[in-house]
Amino acid sequence: MIEIQNLTKTFGTGAEAFTALSEVSVTIRQNEFFTLLGPSGCGKTTLLRTIAGFVDPTSGTMTLDGADVLASPPYVRPVNTVFQNYALFPHMTVAENIGFGLEMQDRPKAEIKQTVGEMLELVQMTPLANRATSEISGGQQQRVALARALAPRPKVLLLDEPLSALDFKLRKEMQIELKRLQSETGITFVFVTHDQEEALTMSDRIAVMNEGQILQIGGPKEIYDHPAERFVADFIGETNFLEAELVSVDGEVAETRLPSGKTISTRAASGRAGAGKVTVAVRPEHALLEPPGALIDGKLENIVYFGTDTHYHVMLDGGARFVVRRQNQPDAVEAYTIGDAVGVSFNPGVGQVLRD
Amino acid sequence: MAETREISAARRRWMLLAPALAILVFAASGPLLIVIMYSFLTPGDYGGVIWSFSTDAWFNVVAERDFFDETLSFSDAHWSIFWRSVKLSLMTTAVAFLVGFPTAYFIATRPKATRDIWMLLIIIPFWTNLLIRTFAVMEIIRNEGVVNSVMIGLGIIDEPIQLLFTEFAITLGMFYVYLPLMVLPIYASMERLDFSLVEAAYDLYASRWRVLKRVIFPLVKPGVIAGSILVFVPSLGAYVTPRVLGGGKQLMLGNLIELQFGQGRNWPLGAALSITLLAIVMIALMVYVRSAGREEVSHG
Repeated sequence: MIEIQNLTKTFGTGAEAFTALSEVSVTIRQNEFFTLLGPSGCGKTTLLRTIAGFVDPTSGTMTLDGADVLASPPYVRPVNTVFQNYALFPHMTVAENIGFGLEMQDRPKAEIKQTVGEMLELVQMTPLANRATSEISGGQQQRVALARALAPRPKVLLLDEPLSALDFKLRKEMQIELKRLQSETGITFVFVTHDQEEALTMSDRIAVMNEGQILQIGGPKEIYDHPAERFVADFIGETNFLEAELVSVDGEVAETRLPSGKTISTRAASGRAGAGKVTVAVRPEHALLEPPGALIDGKLENIVYFGTDTHYHVMLDGGARFVVRRQNQPDAVEAYTIGDAVGVSFNPGVGQVLRD
Repeated sequence: MAETREISAARRRWMLLAPALAILVFAASGPLLIVIMYSFLTPGDYGGVIWSFSTDAWFNVVAERDFFDETLSFSDAHWSIFWRSVKLSLMTTAVAFLVGFPTAYFIATRPKATRDIWMLLIIIPFWTNLLIRTFAVMEIIRNEGVVNSVMIGLGIIDEPIQLLFTEFAITLGMFYVYLPLMVLPIYASMERLDFSLVEAAYDLYASRWRVLKRVIFPLVKPGVIAGSILVFVPSLGAYVTPRVLGGGKQLMLGNLIELQFGQGRNWPLGAALSITLLAIVMIALMVYVRSAGREEVSHG
């Protein structure tokens, strides 16, 4: 278990100072697939490198299984990294790369040989054990990098956008492979990515980061269905934002009045208080397109056909744009045409009041 | 059709190769052949050569004929000069490596903007005349020089230490003069080194020393080999540095050769010694490259 408290990292000094991490606190549980998700420059890699020991934080604490590790150099921490460019040693074979960590730990030769054999098996690279790392494909290099980092059986495996260099099909395969490895080895994975889909499909929990801060931590479904902030809602998937008036809050249920005058019950991030103007986020696939007289009325501006589904772009009466996504059915006849007066509605509890 | 194109391609290849071949034949092989030829001729009384075949020069490389009774004996003087040349060149190469490697590492790990400034500092002495640089070393280590006067001033020693005109002085001088030749190729390999490999090793439980030994050194070895050759070869044939800093007492091969073409008036012996020098270089290179290559095989 990794416990990080108020971690801050500032690069440079004075006017050129740049805060990469600002008061980050997070607990990563044992045997968890934990993802740090955010755009480039959000601090996710800095956080990962701090866990690995390559970055000295400016302030804050970090413990691994209760022990303070901030003072120990990377070669002491029971934490291994899969680097973005794999960083395989070009002067060693596949097997030598995998055995390197064990060799540096001065494990007995027989044990090294056995573990390397197991690791080769685990990542299905046994036939290529004696190849040079330049003689294998990108996907295979990726697997060797994984095996090399897993071989010393670290408490935590750190993965720095390891799939970003692979093509689409290989990336899909490796996503499943990574999940399998994680459950087979029982090692905590901390995975850094800017790819929201990757984060949603693989993670047990996701921390969404922006500008050096963690904005929200939660399971994929919670993050997607109930984004706490505008940034989270916007970064992950597509979202409609509606201006509304907060009428009342009761725990996580908030009554909001939409510009059309109708009220609907929505979810609010815990701790959201008071009245006033708020933003309600609604996912396009959670909304319905109806005849006028629904929750909000408007005019159909565009219909975009995507194969699996169709997007309806609606100009709401208040002047805001709203997208409704509907799954396509075989032989369905398109009921609307561009320019029609339409209504948009969504069920109680679907909208999310943002914390902004 | 295809055939004519092939012929013209072959002709064009020869035309493109011609300048390089001409340089090889006239500038490299030609002079070498002349030197080999001279070594089998008889010395003229006032220098130059007389066109009659003789193997005396080659005898004189390793042996000497007694002036009075004409008995042959082992040429101690020549052998000690050969030995000194090899020894001092090896020492120069070793010291240049011990200083040059950390220097190259230091420069390669600086931010990109300041690397060029460091490199410039390494290269600037190279733009200065060799003789001037050698005299600068002399000025530092002579009995009334900087080192001795500072040490006397501090009361560390009473009498100046004889540094100049020793083997130490020659090694120091050659080290100073040839250091950039060690730093440049190592730096070139080091700069291309992917430092994420260093991080990876560091992450995989390798201490700093082991990272150096197991990752950095094997990957910059081509640079180390090139630098060692670039320092060893000119050290072995060095002439100015041992002349100035050795004071004519500590001769090296270069000085011995110069002596034969100058005061010695024995051009064939000078030529034979030159070829001996070349042979030592070739043998040393072969041994070095082969042992370096073998290490690579056992590693990989």
